[in-house]
Amino acid sequence: MRTVRTDFPILDQRINGRSLVYLDSAATSQKPRQVIEAVARFYRETNANVHRGLYGLSVGATELYEGARKKVAAFIGVDPEEVIFTRGTTESLNALSYSLGEAWVGPGDEILVTVMEHHANLVPWQELAKRKGAVLQAVGITPEGELDLEDFRRKLSPRTRIVAVTHVSNVLGTVNPISEIAEMAHEVGAKVVVDAAQAVPHMSVRVKEQGCDFLAFSGHKMLAPTGIGVLWGRKELLEEIPPFLTGGEMIREVWIDRATWNDPPYKFEAGTPPVAQAVGLGAAVEYLEGLGMEEVRRHEEELVAKVLEGLLARDYVDVYGPRDPARRGGVVAFNLKGIHPHDVATLLDQEGIAIRAGHHCAQPLHRLLGIAASCRVSVYVYNTPDDIEAFLAALDRVWEALGG
Amino acid sequence: MSPYEDLIIDHWRNPRNKGTLADPDVDVTEANVPCGDVLRLQLKVRDGTVQDVRFNGRGCAISMASASLLTEMVKGKKLDELREMREEELLEALGGVIKPRLSCALLSYRTLKKALEALGVHARRASS
Repeated sequence: MRTVRTDFPILDQRINGRSLVYLDSAATSQKPRQVIEAVARFYRETNANVHRGLYGLSVGATELYEGARKKVAAFIGVDPEEVIFTRGTTESLNALSYSLGEAWVGPGDEILVTVMEHHANLVPWQELAKRKGAVLQAVGITPEGELDLEDFRRKLSPRTRIVAVTHVSNVLGTVNPISEIAEMAHEVGAKVVVDAAQAVPHMSVRVKEQGCDFLAFSGHKMLAPTGIGVLWGRKELLEEIPPFLTGGEMIREVWIDRATWNDPPYKFEAGTPPVAQAVGLGAAVEYLEGLGMEEVRRHEEELVAKVLEGLLARDYVDVYGPRDPARRGGVVAFNLKGIHPHDVATLLDQEGIAIRAGHHCAQPLHRLLGIAASCRVSVYVYNTPDDIEAFLAALDRVWEALGG
Repeated sequence: MSPYEDLIIDHWRNPRNKGTLADPDVDVTEANVPCGDVLRLQLKVRDGTVQDVRFNGRGCAISMASASLLTEMVKGKKLDELREMREEELLEALGGVIKPRLSCALLSYRTLKKALEALGVHARRASS
């Protein structure tokens, strides 16, 4: 994937005299010129509100917006009317916790999450449990950093109404067996909500084959602009659950004292949507399909293997999560013994290497690991083996400066 | 400017006034929750002057070096003088701190202000 890097103008720049090595794509990805151009072209040529104008521009904008929905649907193997555009994963999960929670959870019911959830797939369910008098439980992990499926089985009960689980951990990198989880959850009649923010950008996800009920992801982590994300839900469930936001676009008929809803997905898209951002997401999907998601996955596995090999060979480094690159997504979390992650990140930044340091919005997991914070590198299509070598060499210099 | 001047490395590796006091007049703890940095500061005060000081905690090199340096700046100072101390003085003493790490460097300053408030010594205006 050597030619890909030149598609990303931001990677041309130099930081402190060195070329930028961007290893924080799990936080947000960089954008190829194809996406930047698609957004700019929309504003230059087609900008108008969607679904309501009777003039040509609006028809064009609507076609582009709905075209993006079709591209996204095909990309994850679902029907377009099941694809709801949101602001991102966090909004998708929060909205769902209200809509699904309202229809589906009552006092004494149980909600099952995992200790490796990003706060965005934990706190909305905590709040739902509080509102409804439901009980929140969390599945643990094995010493290798994989989901403890025995614990999962133990904590499932006939009262479990919702299972909320991440597809790929944004800290451990662990790829969770969604099909298996969905099968077990469905046996007790629970609905399965998947946080796929770290999965959809990096691997071929065929949603219907996984058997989950809802799935959320963000555009900005998959080469698209910020402010656009997706909530996918099974059509029959989207018809059943109430909307979270009400107002324009989502409505069919309104009287002064009541209203009826539009069909999904519009029922869940109140207000003027982020049209240009959706068009950008459509362009990002096209770009990724051009590379081929199998190839994206293969490329990342190769880079992650190189990161893991390099980190595990350094005895001053602690690595978290599975050792096998095949069982991981594109992130690797680690610590330098006795050194705070922020010190590592600051010194790497001096060499033009951008990594993340902190708790990565996963405080319960860090508490479980017995650490306050960690460093995290994450890779994407534009990273090269040279990036990884530069990172590992710089890490040795950090250790020289601060360690020992 | 390097984010890790020799001074910072020195104070981080060889912290001054680290430990606990047997009989402090004030004992406060502050944290930088997002990064997990925690700092405990104790002062012994006689006749309005800081007679002794200790810190303890865990965190990044910048926050811990800053705490160590702050204890040196505080010891022997009058509480009235400390009330007037500005955060810029600490940052200058540290040799300058890069923007993303200001909150690390100023954890010790915030902890000192908390200690002064606990002693009933209030700043004339909130520090900016």
